[in-house]
Amino acid sequence: MNEQIIGLIWQGIAETFYMVTVSTVFAYLIGIPLGVILNITGTNGIRPARALNLAVGFIINVIRSVPFLILLVAILPFTRLIAGTTIGSTATIVPLVVAAAPFVARMVESSLKEVDAGVIEAAKAMGSSDWQIIWKVLLAEARPSLAVGGVIAFTTILGYSAMAGFVGGGGLGAIAVNYGYYRYKTDVMLITVAVLVIIVQVFQEAGIYIVNRLDKRINKS
Amino acid sequence: MIRLENITKTFKVKGNEITAVKDVSLHIKKGEIFGIIGFSGAGKSTLVRCMNLLELPTAGSVFFDGHDLVKAGSKELRDYRKKIGMIFQQFNLLEQRTVIANVCYPLELIGLRKKEAVSRARELLRIVDLSDKELSYPSQLSGGQKQRVAIARALATNPEVLLCDEATSALDPLTTRGVLSLIEKINKELGVTIVVITHEMKVVEQICSRVAVMNKGVVEETGTVKDIFLNPKSDTGRKLVLSGDDKSVPQSDKETIRIVFDGISSYEPVFANLILETGVKLNIMGANTEDIGGSAYGQILIERPDEASTELIRKYLNKAGVGFEELPALGKK
Ligand SMILES: Nc1ncnc2c1ncn2[C@@H]1O[C@H](COP(=O)(O)OP(=O)(O)O)[C@@H](O)[C@H]1O
Ligand SMILES: [Mg+2]
Repeated sequence: MNEQIIGLIWQGIAETFYMVTVSTVFAYLIGIPLGVILNITGTNGIRPARALNLAVGFIINVIRSVPFLILLVAILPFTRLIAGTTIGSTATIVPLVVAAAPFVARMVESSLKEVDAGVIEAAKAMGSSDWQIIWKVLLAEARPSLAVGGVIAFTTILGYSAMAGFVGGGGLGAIAVNYGYYRYKTDVMLITVAVLVIIVQVFQEAGIYIVNRLDKRINKS
Repeated sequence: MIRLENITKTFKVKGNEITAVKDVSLHIKKGEIFGIIGFSGAGKSTLVRCMNLLELPTAGSVFFDGHDLVKAGSKELRDYRKKIGMIFQQFNLLEQRTVIANVCYPLELIGLRKKEAVSRARELLRIVDLSDKELSYPSQLSGGQKQRVAIARALATNPEVLLCDEATSALDPLTTRGVLSLIEKINKELGVTIVVITHEMKVVEQICSRVAVMNKGVVEETGTVKDIFLNPKSDTGRKLVLSGDDKSVPQSDKETIRIVFDGISSYEPVFANLILETGVKLNIMGANTEDIGGSAYGQILIERPDEASTELIRKYLNKAGVGFEELPALGKK
């Protein structure tokens, strides 16, 4: 294993983190509002609105049912419009966000659903506005569950980003594809895959550890 | 303070209509502790939720201090809700907030600065005797402690009314008594009007001045606790007084006499003297008496002996000033 390859892998790791982190952030910036809308407009939400709920739910379901690689190719013009190019890690962020935001929205919706209806009712009885309930009750009380979702979203987006390597995306996925698949350098491919596995493992474990520390429902007196 | 006029609430569930509250009118006066009692499903929670419009009545008006809440705008309604505290059977605390942060919640809503909110919250925690739990989380507290936090939180904005929906139903008898005493103290010392929803007669006995008996969405009777305890006019009132719980109504096919203790001194051996003075051998069918602060509350159900002995019992009880009523055999009623 020469230094050039080691440098390449380090660069791949940095690129992967860049893509995945930025994509996760944007996926949440879009996914949280959508998840909140899905929750509050639902039948038992604080602002039931059936038509809006069904419309948002439908769009999310459509995007989620398209396989990632097809989605990635299908939105190439959109990607070019936003990123100015369709190749490299920055360009890959666009399809990653488009694919992950609906999935994040569903996870946020399900986290918010776990918040006890009685607590929301008590907040209403104290004279909270809808915004105050969203911020101070729904999102605040669901924090640990949202954080679990965040760990899952990060590792899922990491998986997608590796797939994007097939069609010009950057990062570890691209290295695995370019060296291992096209140039038959199996060792490089195996190393990149191993690095991906380690990253997923570390994030999953560390994330869940942090989440458990965060959750005040667990009695640790 | 709170006046309900012809409140009806109908729920639509999959095409079926359930009328949970039917044409109820009630007037809760400033400074009183008003009880609403009834068995599960009677519509008590729905009724109390109409008082702060958590439930929008299908028909009728809710007046708070003379203002019709049904006609209030949403901002106005939120301001009224800050004057109407509410506590629940399941406490409903914010699980991710400490005790003191829970009490600060309603203060954040009115935009109080953090420092002032914390000092107000501390004062409230002193009132409910939980100063040492300030930084605990709800999951680290017992049921009684959680309800005390909920009470402190409900009182934070100086409400004029406190609505208590089965506030002690998840607590053991001893803790129940403590929480009820606290509610009574809040009524006496802070002048907060209180509405107590319960299915237990002993809760009403301990703290309420007046009570409404509810069944199937209707208020069957209203009166002072003493009136209803001594002489329940409705079927539901009678069942609640006799047993306090639907299942254990004494199933007697014999005629009985119900002797009621409504606060006479528990140091006076009334029942023993009854036997000694009348010389009648009494058969006790059921009893539930409780000593509350040196006074006896409750009742003893005895089998009605022959007419001559019964007359002796009547004379004795009248002389002693103890309430009673003669009940026909349940089966023959
Ligand atoms: N949100 C609701 N939707 C449908 N039915 C309801 C709802 N809330 C209460 N009910 C029904 O109304 C009746 C009265 O309920 P409730 O007020 O909770 O009684 P209580 O508090 O006296 O036990 C019950 O039959 C209950 O099933
Ligand atoms: Mg109830």
